[in-house]
Amino acid sequence: MARALPRPVEGFLLELGRFTQMLGRLFAWTPRPPYDVRELLRQMVKVGLGSIPVVLLTAMFTGGVMALQTFTVLRRFNAESYVGTLVALSMVRELAAVLSSLIVAGRSGSAMGAELGTMRVTEQIDALEVMATDPVHYLVVPRVWATVIMLPLLVVLADALGILGGYVVSVPLMGANPVSYVHASFQFMDLKDLTSGLIKAAVFGLLIALIGCQQGFYASGGAEGVGRATTRAVVLASIAILISDFFLTRILF
Amino acid sequence: MSEPTTQPHAAPPSSTSKEVKIHIRGLEKSFGSKRVLCGVDLDVHDAESLVIIGGSGTGKSVLLKHVIGLLKPDAGTVEIDGTAIETLDNRRITEFRRRFGMAFQEGALFDSMTVGQNVEFPLKRLTAKTPEERRQRVEECLEMVRLEGVTDRLPSQLSGGMRRRVGFARAIAVEPDILLFDEPTTGLDPVTTALIDEVIVDLNDRLHTTTITITHDMESAFRIGDRIAMIHQGRIIADAPPAEFRKLADPRVQQFIRGIADGPLTSEQSAAARR
Repeated sequence: MARALPRPVEGFLLELGRFTQMLGRLFAWTPRPPYDVRELLRQMVKVGLGSIPVVLLTAMFTGGVMALQTFTVLRRFNAESYVGTLVALSMVRELAAVLSSLIVAGRSGSAMGAELGTMRVTEQIDALEVMATDPVHYLVVPRVWATVIMLPLLVVLADALGILGGYVVSVPLMGANPVSYVHASFQFMDLKDLTSGLIKAAVFGLLIALIGCQQGFYASGGAEGVGRATTRAVVLASIAILISDFFLTRILF
Repeated sequence: MSEPTTQPHAAPPSSTSKEVKIHIRGLEKSFGSKRVLCGVDLDVHDAESLVIIGGSGTGKSVLLKHVIGLLKPDAGTVEIDGTAIETLDNRRITEFRRRFGMAFQEGALFDSMTVGQNVEFPLKRLTAKTPEERRQRVEECLEMVRLEGVTDRLPSQLSGGMRRRVGFARAIAVEPDILLFDEPTTGLDPVTTALIDEVIVDLNDRLHTTTITITHDMESAFRIGDRIAMIHQGRIIADAPPAEFRKLADPRVQQFIRGIADGPLTSEQSAAARR
């Protein structure tokens, strides 16, 4: 059969089509009963609680590195007093959301790809359909909403730890004045800075879970296929996060 | 697309006087450039046990997935009690599937749930039974497939034969009137195979369901079937009760029954591969 489009373009359009279709089914099925609250909570624990240690660690060290770097640079302009401002705003507006999302994509997005992929190749998804249960309703809806709810909460923690990390480096290590550092951290911060980070996190959560589920859902070809689905879940979600981050920033500020 | 109404095709095969439950005509399906089904005509009668045999990759599973509406035909029609399944929208297909029970090749049990939860799953989703009624029904179904005392085990703790029987129990839980078995004995030892066959015959007798079993195991086919149909290259090439089926003159049927490496089935295959 003649190929109308180059393979990469065709592949991209196929993925985009499946993503859109999955998004449509997600919204169509979400309001319909039965509501599986227990499954939602179970997924929230899986996505959220498990990611806390690594998210905190990442945020803390990122805040610390930010402080180290900006301190060195700003000292050249005698502007060290703005280190707190820079660290806090960068964390809250940008870094906490993107870094936490990348971590959740690696942990939970891949797990969703593997889990649904295994269910697909062992015919468990067919079995659901045969038992008059829509697999999107049963599997995808709780996973996506759990991630959309939990990621902003993780980001709040990451915000706090990032700012703390900056403080720990600046005050005891670089000898900044504690009171003026804290003051500088929050002096220029708006509520909008915080909410924009949280909105980003929610959108990233939707992307991670939907892409993870979609890759698993359309997996084929046994164990190798599941492996491929898992890898693609992480890679595609990470790309989607970074690209959508640009556009979200453009829209939100 | 054909009309949803029943069309008076060539005289319906009347191996039994019972009414036709599943009526398949001109069913075609391709995946990409590969034609899997090329015009399948088949009738299954009420409360009959039909076995479909055929080599690997001949389209047996694809045919079964059309019967239950997991796949949509490119052409042709599948009617269940006079309703063409391909004309139903998603919601009505979901309703329709309540009448089916399907047991998958490896069981397809949900591996995060215990055996009991697996069998209970369709009851929870499809019936208004109370937890106590559900528990009783789970016990009943497990007993019918001759499994007891495994309710709290996980699928990973069971043998292949046991997993399949749990799959059967799950399939019969909501008392369907059509049961489908997809290669129930593939990869099992002869003794377990015989046990599985007995369970299938037993279920068919006790529940009076219409049963379609797919297999490539001839011994199983003769044990289970009231009628045997053979599919080859996407078409039904033979269809007869077991005793007659054994005596069919078609060399392809004889090659399959006897399990001989050289014959029309294999020479056609290698010719196709050369093409």
